[in-house]
Amino acid sequence: MSLQDVLNVTKILLQYLLPTLKIFGLTLLFSIPLGMVVAVLRRIRFWLVAKPVGFYILIMRGTPLMLQIITVYYAIPMLSQNSFPFLEHLLSFVDTRSNSYQFNALLVAFVLNYAAYFAEIFRGGIESIPQGQYEAAFSLGMTKMQTFFRIILPQVVKRILPASANEVITLVKDTSLASVIAYAEIFRKAREQMVTYSSLAPLFIAGVFYFVLNAVLTVLFSAAEKKLDYYQ
Amino acid sequence: MAMLTVSHLSKAFGENPVLEDISFTVDQGEVIAVIGPSGSGKSTLLRCINQLETADGGEITVCELPLVRTENGKAVYPDKQTLREIRLKIGLVFQNFHLFPHMSVMQNIIEAPLRVLKQSREEAVATATELLRKMDLSEKADAYPCELSGGQQQRVSIARALALKPEILFFDEPTSALDPELTGEILKVIRELAKEKMTMVIVTHEMAFAREVADRVIFMDGGVIVEQGTPEQVFGNTQSERTRQFLRRYHSE
Repeated sequence: MSLQDVLNVTKILLQYLLPTLKIFGLTLLFSIPLGMVVAVLRRIRFWLVAKPVGFYILIMRGTPLMLQIITVYYAIPMLSQNSFPFLEHLLSFVDTRSNSYQFNALLVAFVLNYAAYFAEIFRGGIESIPQGQYEAAFSLGMTKMQTFFRIILPQVVKRILPASANEVITLVKDTSLASVIAYAEIFRKAREQMVTYSSLAPLFIAGVFYFVLNAVLTVLFSAAEKKLDYYQ
Repeated sequence: MAMLTVSHLSKAFGENPVLEDISFTVDQGEVIAVIGPSGSGKSTLLRCINQLETADGGEITVCELPLVRTENGKAVYPDKQTLREIRLKIGLVFQNFHLFPHMSVMQNIIEAPLRVLKQSREEAVATATELLRKMDLSEKADAYPCELSGGQQQRVSIARALALKPEILFFDEPTSALDPELTGEILKVIRELAKEKMTMVIVTHEMAFAREVADRVIFMDGGVIVEQGTPEQVFGNTQSERTRQFLRRYHSE
């Protein structure tokens, strides 16, 4: 491949940076709050809550994300066509022929998967805060909400930052799995270009894209960790 | 006036009784020292009064407000609002300080006055500044707990408890987590509070201090109050053989 070819491929891939960032950004936006909810549910011992939540996390962490993406994408049209009337009714609001269906299915799979991982990180963080912090806040008359948001959460954020950085960085690379259902993002386009040019170079260029994104994120996370370094 | 009345209090962890038939009163301005071997139920007693544990039976009254009553053999607690009201009348100083590590010394002290008592920032800061001066920590207002010695941290936690202007202050072994050379500074603070007629209940292993500062001493062993009276009575004219054994062991150490 000539330098001109490299520039051409880079230009093409650059156009698909936005779809990649869209999966990345929206997955974070929804999976972090959902992860918090799941983490809180995970602390409830009542079996009717504990068992389903435990099962959900087991499945999400125990099977490949690629499998989950394919399942969500193909299962919804199948279930909403020839199965029980109940399911049909339930899924009737999903228009599987619309333009946005592909992206929405993708997002559902990513959010469900990442929420499970974030939930476990949050749970670990919350459980690592000493009981004495709750007792001190309680004896000072603080409400449960005040205790959580003013005392517990700020300390949890500091403790889970390194583990969360790992997840976020993995997510950048995992967006390439969207190509499995032919969603047009960087990795999908790189493979097309690979065929066009009969060269591995387009894939390496895609690799550089992911690398640069993660380099930026790494710097941001280090800065955040440093900012929270003022206490132990 | 009785600030705290405990009568026939009982508490068990599963099958294990940890408090049995505990009765005593604390009058306004009194300093009570609670002594006894580890596992004698001293801390559990404090935690029951501070709502960190629930009692199984008996009665506790704080500043005329019933914290727990026994009806038909069951311990009955009042509604949430009353419990919170009672909690605000009581300050608690922990053995391990439990300061909020992500907040500066000043923030630690003004947090509850601001959010619980809804004081204005100026008022809360003014009170905190005065308390820090009293604790000899004026220069440390902007420091974080991890930058302080154990003794300084414990003094901040005393200031934090005092900022809510409690009617009674409880200490749960306030010097047990400190190096021996740092216990003096905490004892000095408690001594000064005693001079100001602050009502206090202190669980402690510092026998000499208990004898010096307390108006009354309660000796607990095996979940019961074995002996209570003035320091002269408990230390000087010990009635029970168990108390005598305990005190002898302390003196020989």
